[in-house]
Amino acid sequence: MTHEILISGFGGQGVLSMGKILAYAALMEGKEVTWMPAYGPEQRGGTANVTVIVSDEKISSPILSTYDTCIVLNQPSLDKFESKVKPGGDIIYDSFGILEPPTRTDITAFHIAAMETAAELKMMKCFNMFVLGGLLKIHPVVKMESVMLALKKTLPERHHNLLPVNEQAILKGQELIKQ
Amino acid sequence: MKEENEILLLKGNEAIAHAAIRCGCDGYFGYPITPQSEVLETLAALEPWKTTGMVVLQAESEVASINMLYGGGGTGKRVMTSSSSPGVALMQEGISYMAGAEIPGLIVNVQRGGPGLGTIQPSQSDYNQATRGGGNGDYNVIVLAPASVQEMADFVDLAFSLAFKYRTPAMILSDGVIGQMMEKVALPPCKPRRTEEEIVKECPWAANGHGLKSRKPNVITSLELDPAEMEKKNEHLQAKYRDIQANEVRYEETNLEDAELAIVAFGSAARISYKAMENARAQGIKVGLFRPITLWPFPEKEIAALSRRVKGLLVVEINAGQMVYDVKLAAEGRIPVGHYGRLGGIVPSPDEIVDALKKLTD
Repeated sequence: MTHEILISGFGGQGVLSMGKILAYAALMEGKEVTWMPAYGPEQRGGTANVTVIVSDEKISSPILSTYDTCIVLNQPSLDKFESKVKPGGDIIYDSFGILEPPTRTDITAFHIAAMETAAELKMMKCFNMFVLGGLLKIHPVVKMESVMLALKKTLPERHHNLLPVNEQAILKGQELIKQ
Repeated sequence: MKEENEILLLKGNEAIAHAAIRCGCDGYFGYPITPQSEVLETLAALEPWKTTGMVVLQAESEVASINMLYGGGGTGKRVMTSSSSPGVALMQEGISYMAGAEIPGLIVNVQRGGPGLGTIQPSQSDYNQATRGGGNGDYNVIVLAPASVQEMADFVDLAFSLAFKYRTPAMILSDGVIGQMMEKVALPPCKPRRTEEEIVKECPWAANGHGLKSRKPNVITSLELDPAEMEKKNEHLQAKYRDIQANEVRYEETNLEDAELAIVAFGSAARISYKAMENARAQGIKVGLFRPITLWPFPEKEIAALSRRVKGLLVVEINAGQMVYDVKLAAEGRIPVGHYGRLGGIVPSPDEIVDALKKLTD
């Protein structure tokens, strides 16, 4: 089983770190994984994206033409990547700031009000974890325990007091995602 | 330092830094440049000067770095630098001097697009520079092309071993894809830095002040004003290079047994081509993959043999067509040799490569 995921949004939304946590969680489960970021100046304000591939087998290319799942967190990302979803695949988008939702009928579109909810709950820094929760709801690529272990591994120890908030965000994200 | 055999998730650049410490590197000299800055950053974070005693120094420039390599390597120490394309261009004079003076050392090039300052995105457009010597004079550098984060880690020790075996600079030619992506990696086992006694024994040529009572002073230079002597020196170098060509060619073959076509690609282009090969095979195209691991010495005989078995070769490189000439030379016009590449920091997608394969047979 191989799952090819693209996550794209504005720089600063936590796109790369969300991918990193997913990749670490896969590592904890002994799976094969590649994490390939767009590493340009877009990290700091433009559009940022990362390709994460999780597989039970050796992974060939870290660069892909099409994806099983595209997570798009702004309009430019949606415009760029909607056509790159494999037929039968899915697109997850945050409804905030998306003026033109996906139109393809051969893929499944899910929306998640992550930005709005994160603002309401004053948990903006966990925005990406709401989205990760949404992804895990529709594709349990990795187990929740592995994600928590991955968070523990990637967050510096002085921030470990934030682990419960992140967990809450992931759980909330699982409720928020809608077809 | 991390436990042995632990599987880590690392960027290619980080893997280089970990591997350098673990394989007993004595010194790193470098200057930051995207997309390889994590090498220096990781070394600084790991603070090996407190554990193995390895020196980590941010030099004032790439020119300074390569000349620190000349000095460090001249004393028989395992020394390295890393940079990206424009920085490695600056180092070419020093690399030529090291080749001329027969000084071992490791240069890592995490390539980005050019020419000039170019772009910070991945590229393989320094193939010619790396495999033709790059600086002035008749010389070659041993060039290893990793295609995974694991190989980034594994090739550090291999490159040092080859550099010291043949007393010549060795290069790891990587790119922004392999440098920046994270993959699982099993780090090599730790080995201690060589002691002064071991260096004296292994490198009797080194200018390190040891053994002066029992031998004449060692002189390390690339200069020789007597042309007859200089010709001899060059002939010696050429004999050494022939020896390397005869003994150190490395490559990997995949699905070539029943292949009618083959892709020839190295480094990140080989990874993308692997996926293209899988997709093409799913469409009924019998294609295999030949991956040169050493770009110099080039697997010339193996590609010549391959050109007698298949109907066409597609060379995939992230450049305008550089290795394709080596492949054409090896194939000697027996079969069509095509090229597919993207430029300026754009990386080809697997689908584009499948399309190029189809055109090759049209």
